[in-house]
Amino acid sequence: MSEALHEPFEDISKQRSAEQAGIWIFLASEVIFFGGLFLGYAVYRYRYPDGFAQALAETNLTLGVVNTILLLCSSATMALSVWAGHAEMRRLVVLGLSATLLLGCGFLGVKGFEYYEDIHHHLVPGHPEFPVETIGAEMFFSLYWAMTALHGVHMAIGLGLIGWTILAVRGERLAWRETAHLHVVGLYWNLVDMVWIFLFPLLYLVGRM
Amino acid sequence: MNRAALPDQASTQAVAFDQLFWTMVGFSVLIVLLVGALIFVFSLRFRARTGVPRKSVAVLESRRVEIFWTAATAFFAVFFFWYTSTVTLDTVEAPPDAMEYHVEAKQWMWKTRHPSGVREINAMHVPTGRPVTVFLNSQDVIHSFFVPAFRIKKDVVPGRTSTVWFEATKPGTYPLFCTEYCGTNHAVMTGEVTVMTPADYAAWLETRAEGETLAATGARLFTEAGCSGCHAEASQVHAPDLSGLFGRDRPLANGDIVTADTAYIRDAILLPERDIAAGFEPIMPNFTGILEDGEVEALVAYIRTLGQEGLGQ
Amino acid sequence: MSATDAHGHIEQEPDYLGAGHSIRSWLLTTDHKRIGILYLGTLIIFFLIGGAAATFIRLELATPEGDLVTADTYNRLFTLHGVIMVWFFLVPAVPSTLGNFLLPLAIGARDMAFPKLNLASWYINLAGGALALAALLLGGVDTGWTFYTPYSSLYSNSYVTLAALGVFIAGFSTIATGLNFIVTVHTHRCEGLTWMRLPLFVWSLYATSIVIVLATPALAIALLMVVMERLFSLGLFDPAQGGDPILFQHIFWFYSHPAVYIMILPGFGVVTEVLTCFSRRKVFGYEAMVFAILGIALFGFFVWGHHMFVSGQSAYASLIFSLLSFLIAIPSAIKVFNWSATLYGGHITFEASMLYALGFVGLFTLGGLTGLFLASIPIDVHMHDTYFVTAHFHYIMVGGMVSAFFAGLHFWWPKITGRMYSELWARLAALLMFLGFNFTFFPQFILGYMGMPRRYHSYPPEFEMWNVLSSAGAVILAVAYLMPIVYFSVSLLRGPRAGDNPWQARGLEWQTSSPPPRENFGPLPVVTREPYDYHAADEEPTAREGELNFPTRSETEFRE
Ligand code: HEA
Ligand code: HEA
Ligand code: HEC
Ligand code: CUA
Ligand SMILES: [Cu+2]
Repeated sequence: MSEALHEPFEDISKQRSAEQAGIWIFLASEVIFFGGLFLGYAVYRYRYPDGFAQALAETNLTLGVVNTILLLCSSATMALSVWAGHAEMRRLVVLGLSATLLLGCGFLGVKGFEYYEDIHHHLVPGHPEFPVETIGAEMFFSLYWAMTALHGVHMAIGLGLIGWTILAVRGERLAWRETAHLHVVGLYWNLVDMVWIFLFPLLYLVGRM
Repeated sequence: MNRAALPDQASTQAVAFDQLFWTMVGFSVLIVLLVGALIFVFSLRFRARTGVPRKSVAVLESRRVEIFWTAATAFFAVFFFWYTSTVTLDTVEAPPDAMEYHVEAKQWMWKTRHPSGVREINAMHVPTGRPVTVFLNSQDVIHSFFVPAFRIKKDVVPGRTSTVWFEATKPGTYPLFCTEYCGTNHAVMTGEVTVMTPADYAAWLETRAEGETLAATGARLFTEAGCSGCHAEASQVHAPDLSGLFGRDRPLANGDIVTADTAYIRDAILLPERDIAAGFEPIMPNFTGILEDGEVEALVAYIRTLGQEGLGQ
Repeated sequence: MSATDAHGHIEQEPDYLGAGHSIRSWLLTTDHKRIGILYLGTLIIFFLIGGAAATFIRLELATPEGDLVTADTYNRLFTLHGVIMVWFFLVPAVPSTLGNFLLPLAIGARDMAFPKLNLASWYINLAGGALALAALLLGGVDTGWTFYTPYSSLYSNSYVTLAALGVFIAGFSTIATGLNFIVTVHTHRCEGLTWMRLPLFVWSLYATSIVIVLATPALAIALLMVVMERLFSLGLFDPAQGGDPILFQHIFWFYSHPAVYIMILPGFGVVTEVLTCFSRRKVFGYEAMVFAILGIALFGFFVWGHHMFVSGQSAYASLIFSLLSFLIAIPSAIKVFNWSATLYGGHITFEASMLYALGFVGLFTLGGLTGLFLASIPIDVHMHDTYFVTAHFHYIMVGGMVSAFFAGLHFWWPKITGRMYSELWARLAALLMFLGFNFTFFPQFILGYMGMPRRYHSYPPEFEMWNVLSSAGAVILAVAYLMPIVYFSVSLLRGPRAGDNPWQARGLEWQTSSPPPRENFGPLPVVTREPYDYHAADEEPTAREGELNFPTRSETEFRE
């Protein structure tokens, strides 16, 4: 089992709060990072309301809903394992994390299938057979691809983190009881979730015809 | 004028600009002298070797001094903002009777077109004493239209029409620069603006083969591209009459009211789905890709002249 | 655990430089001091590369014709110069070197909050730099450091993607450093060091870090969008596909204006430490200085539109950006006047770092005032993208910030290396730098007023005289920049021992030995006084030693 207390801390609760402060600051910068794309979305949606509405109708609402449910569940299981961490229940931690991992992979799987379908329907900006003529529709799909891909990369990083944590907790290679490790992973996963909570209505719902 | 240090002053804006500029230079010199003097005097007087008594040092911590210079700075900052913004607001709107020049920028040249239809490359002739509005379009990347002698500059952004205006005051030949970096030959994307007295200008125009004016090209295109099929008075299609449109407030189908300016007309041709005129069906075809950039400009120019006719009636 | 003597000093513990001599002990170190040195190493290399590009730029501009290099090469040179100087030199300059080295020392801590992240940030920076340099070696980038679309996204056929990714990655390195600083300041101030007792250097690093964390991601996304546009032609900035090139400018300047304060704020901190020490005066108006720093950091986020006055943004938006840019002069003025007032009643000596600091105040004032010219819309309409702008920012960044960096380097050199340098040569270099600097860049104000556009490979002959002057000045400047390399090297090899506190300065970092031990302090200090108490009657130190003795980590870390 590895040392819980790391240099240069002399007391574990201070170290915990430093770790938590660190992840919050990181999340703040992530918000600005996604903010650039959301700004682009807002500008172009304002400029091409019809193109956006018509293009939005082409996204697969069912798959979007499924994915939203998967992610919300994964948030719950994540919260469960963070709570279990506080209660020092190792099996529950591992269980919660594994469930999160599964749900997350499920999300990526569904997303992958959705991408496959989108390509099949020529929903690729610049494609000669792009189905919607209205100006702005391709812009919608540019943003759709950029935003979901960026979100997907964040998901993948999160899943990697979770997978590693599962192994480390099971092997007791990580001082998960004392440090804020689970909390940090949980907060990161929550961010990934939050981003999706904004993406879902913007890409599947608002103004759907 | 000393050409080694001062740019020519050849437009009405240049005069206002130079006044403002030299006022700020004067103010800055004072501030730099003040700060410089403070540093110098203190450094000399309080250098370690002098025997100045320094008993009172510890208490030198005066709120009043700080408040004084904060307030003074705030005053000057707001004052200069007020001064510069009045100069700005004076020059935002071009006078309504301005002559209309059209300039196309592309890597790496300027194509200019006079109100009379005369075209030039990397050159532009204008008379003194008449306001001139330049409509700027780019075919590729962002360029910037800069005539130092007039103290004007405007970015030429692809996909939109920007305008800039000036009134030349002094005959002469002045450099025109591209000031937005636009690739390999950015530095040689230059030209000359020749300012002439109205009489010389008229004589010069005589010598040039009369080209078709932009609005005339537009009028021709209006039939050729099929606009008149719907927009002509005799047309069977229910489409708005465009005379008198320009510059008016236009009610839209979604309840908004917009001003029918250049951008609106441009959008009406290239993105007709976006703003639907109130009382009409959205059946106007999209002309993106069918019309070239210069042709859209010509149509817009033509519709603008229709607007002026409408006003006259 | 290493032995300590009766007073709790760690006697046998070698200083941080002695704690291992192998390359591995440097490359895998988590010691903030060593990481600071690593950064210093890469930084100097980048400065020389950027400086070499500047040398070629000035050589080319010595004559009006484009005769030395081709237009394409010239465009690549100033892009290289701007990219390297901004992101790989000036942004990390003070925070990553002096900041890394001194922040824990100045707040009485043993290290950064996250030492491994600190090391990782150096490697990330290195990776970003390597990508950018690879782009350069393969043939360069020709977009200018601003990467304006649609030129960068659609037209340029140079290595934009590679360079943008390099800058993107380097951005994460600064974010990591900023995050580390914020958490460290929050959790590691030693006992008695309240917020209002923090040295202004620490305050400035703290404010800088906040700006870094909240602004850099905007740059990251802007560059990522350009890269995606190039790779997948998404059309986000392509007018033909309905995109708007101006959107890029908004996102870019939303980062890059705050970024100019990322570059200058640490300089404010350094200069305050130096001025107070050599005038032996408490800083005038400590609280006002703190709030000025925070105010600049905050206001800096709301003025980005002043870079776009002629882009076609609405006249009313421009007015608001103009007003806010004027208002930001107020906290800056507080700083300038408080520095001047700090000299009043002092006991001033003119060591080299003091000369640099005084130069900073003057040149920053001039650079800042010309910033106000640019903040005035009618003046900016004429000056935008002319050499006036070039002169404005070199005054602040080179005259101001590079001077501040040198001031700090000279001030803390004895602390970092334990040795002194030749004061005479150092003063000479400082004077030469001031002279050469003005010689190089003052003529550019005049060129700008005359209307010479920037990023011009060749220019009309009427601009020749001032360009020749500027190029001549650059030669002096280059000599002045190369001098410190020589006398600092001599100092490293043969410099006399400095002693713990050669300047009799009052900061906490001066209370430990020079060079500091691996653990910075024996027992952690307990601060008992305000900062900058230079004129206290007694000669008591600012802090007493605390009781808490802490195990050192010499056993766990490796040593060879
Ligand atoms: C460290 C870098 C740095 C700093 C600190 C600043 C500080 C300021 N800058 Fe500058 N700027 C740049 C780096 C910097 N700038 C760069 C790199 C560019 C060009 C980018 C590019 O296009 O490539 C640029 C461009 C730039 C522009 C755009 C020009 C253009 O392209 O058209 C403008 C316009 O407003 C501007 C304004 C200002 C202002 C108002 C300040 C203010 O913060 C200055 C405040 C300071 C003072 C005012 C001096 C102290 C005050 C007194 C002594 C009191 C007296 C004053 C009064 C009584 C009012 N800057
Ligand atoms: C942030 C920091 C920074 C620094 C420190 C500098 C330093 C210098 N800059 Fe830089 N400059 C910028 C940031 C900076 N600049 C930016 C952002 C731009 C805009 C780029 C753009 O338009 O995109 C710019 C643009 C710019 C231009 C305008 C180019 C153009 O628009 O066409 C010029 C021209 O004179 C110039 C000159 C100089 C000079 C003479 C120095 C001098 O201070 C440099 C002095 C240093 C040296 C001379 C190094 C000495 C070392 C050697 C000589 C080593 C020799 C090398 C070998 C043997 C391999 N710079
Ligand atoms: C098929 C018929 C049709 C053709 C062809 C056509 N238009 Fe239209 N146009 C319309 C209709 C219907 C409207 C009103 C609905 C709307 O605003 O889109 C309209 C609106 C406009 C408007 C906005 C007018 C307003 O009152 O707001 C302009 C400007 C315009 N057209 C210009 C043109 C030009 C220029 C062309 C040729 C290049 C053209 N039109 C070709 C049918 C047509
Ligand atoms: Cu066109 Cu620069
Ligand atoms: Cu700015």
